[in-house]
Amino acid sequence: MNVDWLMREWDMILDLFLRHLWLSVAPVAIGLGLALPIGWAVQRSGRWKGPILNLVGLLFTIPSLALFVLLPWFLGTQILDPLNVIVALTIYVLALLVRTVADGLDAVPRETLQAANAMGFRPLRRLLTIELPLAIPVIAGGLRVALVSNISIVSVAALVGTRQLGSLFTQGLQLQFLTPIIIGIVLSLLLAATLDALVLVLSRRMTPWERRNA
Amino acid sequence: MIAFEGVTKIYNGTPAVRDLDLVAPTGKLTVLVGPSGCGKTTSLRMVNRLIAPTSGTITLDGEPTHGMKVAQLRRRIGYVIQHAGLFPHRTVAQNVATTARLAGIDRGRARKIALELLERVGLPSALADRYPWQLSGGQQQRVGVARALASDPKFMLMDEPFSAVDPIVRARLQDEFLRLQREIGKTIIMVTHDIDEALKLGDQVAVMRTGGKLAQVASPQALLTRPADSFVADFVGRDRGYRHLGFAGIDDDIVLSKEPAVLLGTPAEAAARSAIDGWVLVADEAGRPLGWVRVAELSGPVRESDLNLSSTFASRGGTMRELLDAALSSPSGRGVVTEDDGVLRGTIGLADLVRTLDERRTSASGRGS
Repeated sequence: MNVDWLMREWDMILDLFLRHLWLSVAPVAIGLGLALPIGWAVQRSGRWKGPILNLVGLLFTIPSLALFVLLPWFLGTQILDPLNVIVALTIYVLALLVRTVADGLDAVPRETLQAANAMGFRPLRRLLTIELPLAIPVIAGGLRVALVSNISIVSVAALVGTRQLGSLFTQGLQLQFLTPIIIGIVLSLLLAATLDALVLVLSRRMTPWERRNA
Repeated sequence: MIAFEGVTKIYNGTPAVRDLDLVAPTGKLTVLVGPSGCGKTTSLRMVNRLIAPTSGTITLDGEPTHGMKVAQLRRRIGYVIQHAGLFPHRTVAQNVATTARLAGIDRGRARKIALELLERVGLPSALADRYPWQLSGGQQQRVGVARALASDPKFMLMDEPFSAVDPIVRARLQDEFLRLQREIGKTIIMVTHDIDEALKLGDQVAVMRTGGKLAQVASPQALLTRPADSFVADFVGRDRGYRHLGFAGIDDDIVLSKEPAVLLGTPAEAAARSAIDGWVLVADEAGRPLGWVRVAELSGPVRESDLNLSSTFASRGGTMRELLDAALSSPSGRGVVTEDDGVLRGTIGLADLVRTLDERRTSASGRGS
């Protein structure tokens, strides 16, 4: 560990950290926003549900580097544009969360839905006040996986020149210098652990009704 | 009043309900009962259009339901289901308040209504802020009933409301619900597969047969004494002769004899002097009967361990079924009748009791009913 380097480059490291945070969190937020309506539609699509979910899941197997390189062609963006990374990661988030949302809605007890219908809930009110709240524990689980996997995948974007903590790895490799690599790993882990804990705490706050083994 | 007029439901060519004509009178509890597959639940669910009828008309107080908006229709009708179907993410009070909120009542007033109703269905207010999983099955069911009542609907539908709890809890819920219904007088249709529940709760019982056809609509007593056909007779069950006594009161034609009772600790000789046909009744200080003692078996003063506890006691406000059971279960052959507070009133011998029943039968048939 070269502490002098660390002190000298601190501003740069902080900047990379914030970029990393932004690049991994923004796609999760956008992805969740899209996955809720899509997951809801898929869950209600009857016999198409299985095939659609399998297809969406397959998106996750597209190599990230390929996406980073190909997206500028489709989006008309510059190769260095961070938008490419955000769109690519949003696709991965969708691959995870569409299934999660559908599963979460599926997990709502039938009797609960039947009771809501019989009481005269209209579909939208039922979705917003009964189904979605009850799906929170399942959705939050998927959200945690999406966040952590994003934080890891983002670093690959250093290879196409989008700056974030991954840039510390390419830098360390070029300079044959270990300190940036170690710092990059430590900060990535820290980021993942913090965001994961944040989602966990938030989802528990939102589900005081959940039965927990204390 | 809820009325079915020629209502039919066909699933994939198979009729589930066939040409149902039935009126559930205002303020009364109508029970739909029948074996599984008889279409009773389908009939119930057609009322609030959870299931759409294939043909026919259902009216609420004369107003056809097919002209109403579905959500509006459902909000006018309280609905109670088997496993209560409570919202797991809402507290007990919030669950109950749901229907009031749907009816447009503001949050504060809805909570007040909810708390009042919880008390009414016999739940301590300490449970108001618990979540459903923290409640027993019986408690959840009470919350389900309270929730259906919170919008103060004129009509209620109940789908096997008491069948998911154990028999002791079920009997208590039934008794409490009967008491509640006497106060609130809702127009109710209830579905059950349990004929005893139907006879106990129903003002009117509609028996349906497999294939969705109505077999008979009658009062519980009429169902027991005059089943329309062999299907109804079979369904109502084997002990119907005995069970219909459950609808007959212990009236003035029951002539009781005075029965001497002794206290625990009475010497054997004194007990023997009070005994009739070798058996003496033992009561507590307040005069409430405890059990019978056979004086021939006494070896000293009457002890608690000498008591024969086999007999049931009928209270004066009870039914002939309870009285007959009291006589049949009594080792002395004398059925014990108490005042409503449990104090001994007198006894009647089994033979006298049967004779009275026979007299009632002849006088009833003499009136031509």
